[in-house]
Formats: sequence, structure tokens, C-alpha cells
Amino acid sequence: MDILTQISDTLIGGDDEKVARITRQAIDQGIPAKDILDIGLIGGMNTVGERFKVHEIFLPEVLLSARAMHAGMDELKPLLIRDGIPSRGRVIIGSVQGDLHDIGKNLVGIMLKGAGFEVIDLGNDVAPESFVETATRENAVIIGMSALLTTTMPMMGSVVNLVREQGLGDRLKTIIGGAPVSEEYARQIGADAYGFDAANAVDRVKGIIGVN
Amino acid sequence: MTETITFSTEEAAPDRNAVFEGQGIPAGVGVTQDIEDLYNTALDVLSDSAAPVAMFAEISKVDFALVYRGEGFNEPSTPVKDISARAEQLALFALTLGKSISEIITERFEAGDFAVASMLDSAASAAADRLAGIVEKRLIELLVSKGLATPSTTVLGYSPGYCGWHMSGQEKLLDFLQPGRIGISLTESFLMQPLKSISGVLVAGPADIHRFANSYPVCALCDTQSCRKRIRALPET
Repeated sequence: MDILTQISDTLIGGDDEKVARITRQAIDQGIPAKDILDIGLIGGMNTVGERFKVHEIFLPEVLLSARAMHAGMDELKPLLIRDGIPSRGRVIIGSVQGDLHDIGKNLVGIMLKGAGFEVIDLGNDVAPESFVETATRENAVIIGMSALLTTTMPMMGSVVNLVREQGLGDRLKTIIGGAPVSEEYARQIGADAYGFDAANAVDRVKGIIGVN
Repeated sequence: MTETITFSTEEAAPDRNAVFEGQGIPAGVGVTQDIEDLYNTALDVLSDSAAPVAMFAEISKVDFALVYRGEGFNEPSTPVKDISARAEQLALFALTLGKSISEIITERFEAGDFAVASMLDSAASAAADRLAGIVEKRLIELLVSKGLATPSTTVLGYSPGYCGWHMSGQEKLLDFLQPGRIGISLTESFLMQPLKSISGVLVAGPADIHRFANSYPVCALCDTQSCRKRIRALPET
């Protein structure tokens, strides 16, 4: 079995220490960093994602694989920086102002990283200006917002309006999610997408950016 | 009448199916050893770190009507409004698992221990729900001891943020209840802290008062329809 398949299979199995070890071996063997990333790590997470969608595996297994992905990325990151290999895109995420729930947002961040995106997590209780200023400064392509309260949902609209008012709508897209949120609400406030769960959010982000 | 309730470790243990449901695992599905290990780890951490406590306080229908009205953002027609009007007794309640468990969940996520953090979050939510059921039973016991209930009395809890009772209703509810004594506070966006906390009204009366058709306007927006399960579990009258 070639080493990239070993990385992918081991990641699917959720063994983070072994993924880190095999990733180091692949690096030592001179395998290009981009191949390790795309075929070994992201390839493995893509398989995990597909199995999750058809209910072959469940959230805990996805998260074990995500930890394994992160372990592999920790080994690979210096080479990715050295070789100037870009991420699939930079995504800003956060729970909107007034909201302190972060589980859903955390899961989206984990899965976006697993899919090869660079994620800047602003945490909880994030003011609209912080989302937009950070996205502008970091050349992000997506702002992802989470809200778990009906009382904080309106802040999503504030972010979307701010993006529009600053003329950033062409290059900066918005995606929203959370228990009280819906596709209809996303349309109502002018958000570009809605993710009904973390895996769906990743698919929607990929769709916005135009990657598989 | 105000009561503070503490719980045993056994009482605070969550229902396994409820924990797995929170992880998207349907009941009855076989799980891997990895998932079993995560579940057991979450239970151990929960047992060590949760500090569950609850309180309830009797409230008159007149006072509850003021609490329920809140900031005026409720849906015009709601199950809680109709059910509470038919109640024999009402009590406001709040319960919490304490702040340590929420802090540990955050720490585990930040440490990259995603699967444990997520399972622990589901376990804590399931534990809080189970404790709410125990609080309902404790109110029945109290009412029976005071001669204010019969064996057919049923108590169910209803919370702001559900079924058309606006989230902001928590402000007046907590103003009346004063759950600061058990460590619960409310943010400006009506979010209870610690996060693993529940508040609401306990409605005591014959089982039939809790039965309602899911034909309120707000029901059309509900994804879970979890009321149906509760209603099916009511005793026949």
C-alpha cells in the first residue's frame, strides 16, 4: 500500500498519533507536501465526509478523524508554508454578538479545516464589525456565523448588511447556521448560504468557492 | 414556597439514548468501541465535574401571567398560555449543571480533543434534561405531601424559547425566581449562564391539560415536534 493511502486509511480510522507518524515518514521520503495534503489528508477526510452523509459513520468518528487530520497537518504545515501552498480559502467563523454557544461553530471550524480551508475562529459574542474587519484584513472569502438564540439571530443580518454597505459582496460571502436559523431566514437577510449541520456547511462553502 | 434541590450522582447520569441522539446516533444502532470509550469518558468527566442543583418557587396564575407576558414578544397563541390557564398549581424552576462542565467542554475543544468535547456536551445536555424530569417529580411529591395534588396530578415543565414563549421571557422569570442563589444569571441577550442550565414553569394538573394538538401557528415552524413524545407518555385518564 502506498504511503499516501496509508495516511488516508489511518485518518479514516481516527488514529491521530499514527497519522502524524506516517505523515512524517512521507515527508522524510520526499513526497510533495501538496500530495500528502490533497491525497493523504484531505482525501481521507473526504471519504469520512461521504460516509457520514450516508450514515455509515457518526459524528464521534468524524471528530476522531478530524483530530487525526489536525495531527497530520501539524507535521505538514511548515512545508506548506515553505512551499507557498495556499489553503482552499480563508474562512472567518464566530458566534454572533450576544451568543455564547459555540459547539456548532466549533464543529464547522473543525470540518472546514479538515476540508483544507484556513479557519480564523473569532470565538463567541462577535460584533458585526469584528467579522467584517477581520475578513477584510485577512482576505477571507467567507464569513460563517452561528446563532443558537432567536434573540441573537438578527445580528446575522447586521453582518450581511455591513458586507453589502462596504461593497464587499462580490468577494466576501456569508453563510449562517444554528438551531433557530433556516434556509428561509438566510434568504430573508440576504445571506449567501445556510448550513443545516456542520457537514452541510462545509459542502455549501465548497459550493460557494467552487471546489470539490 | 421555594425549594432547592440537590441531586445524587446517579440522578445526574444522563440517559444513554439521549446522549447518542445528541451525537446523531439513532437508538438501537450498534456503535464501535471508539464511541463506547468516548461515551464512558464523557460520563466520567461529567460525574467528576458537574455540580447539579435546582430550585423551584410557587407562583400564582396572576403573577405567572405577568412573567409569561415578559417583554411582549410572545406569539399571540401558544400552548403554554392555554395550559397554564388550566393549571391547578404553578411553580417557576431553574436548574444548572454548574459552570465547570461548560469550561471543561471548551478546554477540550481548544486542546483538540474534539470527540470527547462533543460527546461531553451531548452528555451534559441529556443530563440537564433528565434532571428537569426529576424536578417535575419532586414538585408532585411536595404537592402530594401538602394535600395539593392527587395521584393523577401530572407536572410538566415548559421553557421560554420554545413553542412561542419568547426567549426574553427568561428575564421576568429569573427576576421572580432569583436563581442567583444556585449560580444562574442571565446575559443581555437572555442567555442563561452557566450554559448547561434550564429554566421555565412547572405546570401541575390533570394529565389532560398537557395534551394539545400541534396546530398552533408556531407549530408549523417547529423542526423537532418533541411535544408529541411527551404527550404520548402522559398517563391515560
